[in-house]
Amino acid sequence: MTTSTNANRAWLVLLAATGITWWLGESGAAAGTWAVATMLGLALIKDLLVIYDFMELRDAPAIWKAFLIGWLGFVLAMIALAYWLGQH
Amino acid sequence: MFPANDASLALAGPAPADAPVPPAAAVARLPGDLAVWFFILAELLAFAVFFLCYAFARARDVALFNESQRTLDLNSGAINTLLLITSSWFVVRAIQAVKHDRHAAGARWLVAAMLGGCGFLAVKVGEYADKFAAGVSLSTNTFYMFYISLTFFHFMHVILGLVILGVLLVNTLRRRYGSHEYSVLESGGAYWHMVDLLWIVLFPLVYVMR
Repeated sequence: MTTSTNANRAWLVLLAATGITWWLGESGAAAGTWAVATMLGLALIKDLLVIYDFMELRDAPAIWKAFLIGWLGFVLAMIALAYWLGQH
Repeated sequence: MFPANDASLALAGPAPADAPVPPAAAVARLPGDLAVWFFILAELLAFAVFFLCYAFARARDVALFNESQRTLDLNSGAINTLLLITSSWFVVRAIQAVKHDRHAAGARWLVAAMLGGCGFLAVKVGEYADKFAAGVSLSTNTFYMFYISLTFFHFMHVILGLVILGVLLVNTLRRRYGSHEYSVLESGGAYWHMVDLLWIVLFPLVYVMR
């Protein structure tokens, strides 16, 4: 697949994922572990798309993918941990 | 699909947009200048600290955060997410165009990207105006302290991003970039994508998660 095809697809998925997160908030379903897990999972997917297809790191040296994806994973994991701590 | 510019594109330029992507091992390449990626890493670390401070402060007073979060305008947050995502996509389109020496098209995409960024700022200012009119400030409570400072910190980065896009736009119109040189364009684009990347975490964290 070409860069532009990847980016176009990424954009559409990003729009849809944003819609789901918005709906979770709008419907009141945003409360609770499963909703939050979904939201964070969507944030993970969305940011991976930004990293791979917008920043075009898909074909970048592995170390840079590691930095960006590592940052994302760490931040989302810590947010999940903090959320879990707040529930208990 | 794309009008043939001239023979030099076939001889020396990068592959056309529809050519298959070469295997990663052969062309592992960091887009843009290395320096901008160091800058991006520094920004990511700064925001990570801020995000985590928010998340753990929330864990200490969930009820307060949930209650105050209700006063946020979810639709504004969602619209801003859509604006930044689309604006980032416009920047990708702009860079693709300029790499193929389609400067006018590239400039149009950059203008569109900037309009998206301006739209984001306008929505944000509207949100702040609403909150300030209701008497909310940094000292109202911990949630609002975070909401105002975190989103304003991001707001400032959007402004910087718009300045960068503006410079890229002017240079694109002056044909400083093209198939022969696009590293600076990619660098500026990477910064704008970072701004989008951060908001994608911020939106569920601050506006939705409860």
